Amino acid sequence: MSGYHLDHLAHLETEAIHIMREVAGEFERPALFHPSDMPFPLLNVDTGHHFPELNEFRDRRAAQLGARLIVRRVEEAIARGIAVPANGEISRNRLQIPTLLAAIEEYRFDCCIGGARRDEEKARAKERFFSFRDGFGQWDPKNQRPEIWNLYNARLNPGENMRVFPLSNWTEVDVWEYIRRERLEVPPIYFSHGRQCVRRGGQWLPVNGLAPPKPGEEVRELVVRVRTIGDIISTGMIESPASSIDDIIAEVAAARVTERGARADDRASEAAMEDRKKAGYF
Amino acid sequence: MIMPLSAQPVADILRFNTCGSVDDGKSTLIGRLLYDTKSLMEDQLEALERSADLSGGGRINLANLTDGLRAEREQGITIDVAYRYFATPRRKFIIADTPGHVQYTRNMVTGASLANLAIVLVDARTGVIEQSRRHTAIAALLRIPHLVVAVNKMDLVGWSEERFLEIRAQFEAFLPRLDMKDVQFIPLSALNGDNVVERSPHTAWYAGPTLLGHLEQVHIGSDWNLQDFRLPVQWVNRPNQPGDARHHDFRGFSGQIAGGIVRRGQAVVALPGGLRTRVKEIHTFDGPVEEAFCPQSVTLRLEHDIDISRGSMLVGLENLPGGGTDLHARICWMHPRPLRRGHKLLFKHTTNTVPAVVTEIEHRLDIASLETRIAPDALGLNDLGEIRLRTARPVFFDGYATNRLTGSFLLIEPGTNATVGAGMLHPPTQTLCSEPTDYTI
Repeated sequence: MSGYHLDHLAHLETEAIHIMREVAGEFERPALFHPSDMPFPLLNVDTGHHFPELNEFRDRRAAQLGARLIVRRVEEAIARGIAVPANGEISRNRLQIPTLLAAIEEYRFDCCIGGARRDEEKARAKERFFSFRDGFGQWDPKNQRPEIWNLYNARLNPGENMRVFPLSNWTEVDVWEYIRRERLEVPPIYFSHGRQCVRRGGQWLPVNGLAPPKPGEEVRELVVRVRTIGDIISTGMIESPASSIDDIIAEVAAARVTERGARADDRASEAAMEDRKKAGYF
Repeated sequence: MIMPLSAQPVADILRFNTCGSVDDGKSTLIGRLLYDTKSLMEDQLEALERSADLSGGGRINLANLTDGLRAEREQGITIDVAYRYFATPRRKFIIADTPGHVQYTRNMVTGASLANLAIVLVDARTGVIEQSRRHTAIAALLRIPHLVVAVNKMDLVGWSEERFLEIRAQFEAFLPRLDMKDVQFIPLSALNGDNVVERSPHTAWYAGPTLLGHLEQVHIGSDWNLQDFRLPVQWVNRPNQPGDARHHDFRGFSGQIAGGIVRRGQAVVALPGGLRTRVKEIHTFDGPVEEAFCPQSVTLRLEHDIDISRGSMLVGLENLPGGGTDLHARICWMHPRPLRRGHKLLFKHTTNTVPAVVTEIEHRLDIASLETRIAPDALGLNDLGEIRLRTARPVFFDGYATNRLTGSFLLIEPGTNATVGAGMLHPPTQTLCSEPTDYTI
C-alpha cells in the first residue's frame, strides 16, 4: 500500500480543498479574499496605495474567472467617516481595518477566506484554520476554539464572523512550487524588473508620488522584485535577477531573510501584526 | 498525486508535536531544530538579538522564536499552540508547539490530533513527573503512531548513561498500560544542540539516531487507514453554469476521503439511506481519475440519483461502519463548566452535526496513577473520561483505533458555540445496515 502516498504539495492541496468545501458547506454568505476559482464573491480592500500592477492583475483575473469582484476603498471609507486618519497619517495600514469591517457588515458576510499562512509571521503562527471573530471583528488569541482532527467548529451567532485560512500550513516555497506545478499566473512585480528606488529605513522602497523622495535621500535605478506585496509606500523591494518561477524558487530556497522581512508595516513593533489582528485585520 | 515507488524519494510531510511542562526546554528544542537546520533567517535572528538586548540581558532566548504573542513574551510562557515549519532534503516538517501548563489537555489535543509523532520532553534532573505521564497518556489516547521521549538537559546530569537508563525505566514502567508501539528514547541537550541535529561527542554510549535523524527516517506511510472506503459528503457539487451543456446534469458528491481507496465502477453504499449504487466517475480539479485514496479531496458521481446531502457517508461494501444513536466514547473535556449526565450538546462528527445528550459518565481517568475512577459526578476541565451519549439521529462511525477521521468527534455547547469536548469512539457493537438494498426505481 505504500504506493498510495501523497507528496507534500498534494497533501497541502487536499487539506486546503477540504477547508474550502467546509466553508461552502457550513456558511451562508462566504467571501473569498483573494482571486481563485471558487464560487464565492471576491472582496478586496483597496488602500489607494496599491501597486498599479496589482490592481490590473486583480481586475483582469476576476474578469477571466467570471467572478463577482467587490472593491471597497479606504478613500471612500475616510470620506464617509468610517475610517478616520490621525493628523498627518499617510499610511493606510490601520485605516484598512475599519474599511474591511464595514464591508463585512455591508454584505453581511459570515465568513471570509484569506490566504494568510502561519509561516509568514509569529502572530500568524498562532492562527487557527477557522479563526473566530466577535461582533467587533476582534481576534482573541488567548481564547481560540480548539481545532482537532479535521473537524472545524464553524458555528456563529448573528454578527459574528469567521476568517478561514486554507493555506495555513503552506510555506513560501510550497506556494511557489505549487504555482510552478499548476502553471498559475502571478502579478508581474514578483519578477525582476528595473525600478527607481529610494533608500529609506534601511530598505529600497519604490519611488512613488505618495511619499516622494525627500532631499538628501538616495535614489537609484535598480533591478528588483517583491517577495510580498503590501502598499507601495511600505513594501521593500529586493534586488534580484530572478525572472522566472524557477529563479524565484531557487532564490527563496536560499534566502537568508524572511518573506515579510521587507514589510515596514510588520516592523513597526514586535507585536505589530498581533495588534492589527486583534483590531480586525486579516 | 500518486508518486511511483521507483521515483526519487518523495518529500512528504511529517507532523509532530512537542510537549513538556514549563522549563523542560520545549521551545528551546524547537529553536535549536530550526537554528541547526538553517531554517532561521537573518531578520529573525536580528529580532532575537534585539529582544535579547532589551529583555534577556544580552543572552539570546531561542524560545522567543515560537512565543509569538505579546503576553507570551512578557510572561515567558507559551499560551497557545504555535505552528512552525522547516524542511530538510528528505522531508517537510510541521511542528505544533503545545504548551504544557494551563489548558494543557485542550492545547495538546489541538496540536496533536493529526500528528504522526509526539515528542515528550523530560528534564534529566527531575525525571518522569505527572506531566510526562499525562502527555504520554494523551498521545496514546489520541493514537499518535510514534513517540519520542527526549531526555533533555543531559549536560546537567554529566551525560550520565545511568541516569538516562533510569528515566527510560521509569517510562517503561507505565508504557505497557498505554498501548504505545513505537517509542524512541534520545538523550540530548536542546540548549547546546547535542543529539538534536548534530551527534553529541558526550554520548558514546548511545547508539541511536539524533532527533532530526529519527524524524527524517520514521516510517509514516501507513499512518492513514487505506482499508475501508469512507467518504463523508461535504457538499453536493451541482455546477450552476447554464452556458455549459456538459454540466447540465452534473450532480457530484464532494469530500475528503476519510479511509480506504475508491475505484471507478466500485459498488458503494450511501448512508443513512442504505442504498447500493456504483461509482460512475471520480473527479479532481486535474480531471477524472481511475482511483483515489485517503486523504484525497475528490468529487464522486454515482450511477443512480439517490438522496445524498452534506452529512451523508459513502462507504465500501466490505467492513461497513457502525451505526446507531447510542454511542460509547472516551473524551477530553475542555471547558471550565463541568460535564454532567443529562447535558445536551451538539455532536459534530465528520461532516455531520446532530444534537446529543450525555446519558452516562462511566469513568474518569486519573492520569497520575493511570487508574480509572468509576462513575464520577462530573468531568472537569482537562479531565479524560468515558461517557455514553445518545444522538438525535443515527451516526455512522468506526472505532477511533481503526480510523482517526471517522472515529472522532467534537462536542459543541449550543448557544455559546464553544468547542467543549473532543471524543474518540469505541468500536461499534452493531452495524446499521447489514444488507444494503440495490437501488431500484
